[in-house]
Amino acid sequence: MIRSLLLNNPDAVRRAGLALILSLVTAALYGMGISSAWLGKMVPPLAGWLSESPALGRLLAAMLLALAIYANWKALRLLSRGWQIFGVWLELFILLMLFFYSFDLSLGFIAKKIGFMISQGVVTTLYISAISIAIATVIALVGAIAKLSKNGVIYGLATFYTSLFRGLPLLMQIYIIYLGLPQVGYVISAIPAGILALSLCYGAYMTEIFRAGIESIPRGQSEGATALGLSPAQTMGLVVLPQAMRVIIPPTGNQFIAMLKDSSLVSVVGVWELMYLARTQGQTEFRHIEMLITASMIYWVLSIGLELVQSRIEKRFGRFNVR
Amino acid sequence: MTVQPEIQLENVHKWYGKYHALAEINLTVRQGERVVICGPSGSGKSTLIRCINRLEAHQEGRITVTGMELTDDEKTAGHIRREVGMVFQHFNLFPHLTIVENCILAPMWVRGQRRAEAIERARHFLDRVHIGEQADKYPIQLSGGQQQRVAIARALCMAPKVMLFDEPTSALDPEMVKEVLDTMVELAQEGMTMICVTHEMGFARQVADRVVFMDRGRIVEEGAPHDFFAAPQTARAREFLSQILH
Ligand SMILES: Nc1ncnc2c1ncn2[C@@H]1O[C@H](COP(=O)(O)OP(=O)(O)OP(=O)(O)O)[C@@H](O)[C@H]1O
Ligand SMILES: [Mg+2]
Repeated sequence: MIRSLLLNNPDAVRRAGLALILSLVTAALYGMGISSAWLGKMVPPLAGWLSESPALGRLLAAMLLALAIYANWKALRLLSRGWQIFGVWLELFILLMLFFYSFDLSLGFIAKKIGFMISQGVVTTLYISAISIAIATVIALVGAIAKLSKNGVIYGLATFYTSLFRGLPLLMQIYIIYLGLPQVGYVISAIPAGILALSLCYGAYMTEIFRAGIESIPRGQSEGATALGLSPAQTMGLVVLPQAMRVIIPPTGNQFIAMLKDSSLVSVVGVWELMYLARTQGQTEFRHIEMLITASMIYWVLSIGLELVQSRIEKRFGRFNVR
Repeated sequence: MTVQPEIQLENVHKWYGKYHALAEINLTVRQGERVVICGPSGSGKSTLIRCINRLEAHQEGRITVTGMELTDDEKTAGHIRREVGMVFQHFNLFPHLTIVENCILAPMWVRGQRRAEAIERARHFLDRVHIGEQADKYPIQLSGGQQQRVAIARALCMAPKVMLFDEPTSALDPEMVKEVLDTMVELAQEGMTMICVTHEMGFARQVADRVVFMDRGRIVEEGAPHDFFAAPQTARAREFLSQILH
């Protein structure tokens, strides 16, 4: 009976569903402890009532906010897809900025420091990441081929390497390389130690990505190449890898973005990269939060840059697959 | 003076683990000869021709191809693969390369031809398999029959002395089978040494000098197509033929 009632009254069901969602959002906002102060500011006559019955006031605030969100949703729905995406980004970005604004940041202090943050911090972060990414890619390629090898010794080396460097926290690896290598007589300075740790750690992760990519190419491809007389190296480089790239690039792009941010860990050994500056530049004037937020935004911008590069490369390697 | 056979297998055995995939294979193919191999599924036909260019390694016996013996030495295998073209059931074209790039890859990297020269030769062979206009497309943009003809052209670009075909038409829609078979017939008429695994009995009748029938890893029967189809000697072959020809 309920079933036929539901089936035969689509409009009523739709409205009930909407009401349910709105009340859930309201309840969630209320539960999170929304404040009603803004209502008092916007409509002064309400202020008296608000202080008399705070609970009702907060409920009203939650309901109004839920309705505002709904109106916003409806408004965005009127736009075309491209503008919808832009609209969502814009609104969320403004909210994020309002959130930061609420910290009462000193923009003057940021303006004073940002030049140094970029010229010293960003440059160091970028070059540590870029060198590590390049080395990690080479390691991953060698590691993947080793992992596919029939030779037991080579396979053993490759599996031990990936297991160890995926198994230890990166922070630990940085300490071990920086503090441990001198113990065996090899003094290494902070930046090379950081690059070495990042390369080895990400090389281990990426070995798995490369191996999966290579294995995703059907056997017939390498057989076809072999039958034409191509050597194993030529088969890999000319036939298998170019095709495997399609599978390898998206997760590798993720790894690059992750590495960019994990490079912040080398700040623990005193490298003056972005994170180190973010922690130290604000100290003298007790402006920590300014520096941390600035550095965060810079990391974000850099990541977006990498995302764009990634999607361009993906398009290039996806080419032969479109009809 | 006896002419050296193009391909010679002497008492060849092959095992996959414990499974005896090829047993006591003796087969001689002279220059210009066309041999068709047939037999039930799993009888070792693919294994046999894949041993000839060492996509699979045999464990006992001797295989000699164009005068060179196949051993564990990868170099000899490489030399033999240059002289032996292979066409697969599923074409195995390289999807990231255009048709003409598929055809010039090995000539440039293995034979050391210059690009311009390789392209010219590739266009010649693509024209011969009637696919010249498609040279700059990607494999996925071609029909199955066209792709298989490209695969044949790609193999021919290496100027092989021998061509191996492993069921080249069995992955094709019926209406495309003929165009590929026609190409193979033309190739046979030009005197190419060919070994074809196929169940296309019309093709076997038309071009084969010899039909080899395999069962359970052995060559059970061998003879001229006319004799084999008209009067198969073994019960296994009779049964197989009755299934193939309905
Ligand atoms: N790589 C392998 N590992 C183990 N067994 C294999 C392998 N390749 C083939 N075989 C086995 O060897 C036997 C012969 O296989 P083969 O592919 O040569 O048969 P075929 O005559 O070509 O059959 P089809 O007509 O189905 O292609 C089969 O029983 C198969 O299961
Ligand atoms: Mg087969």
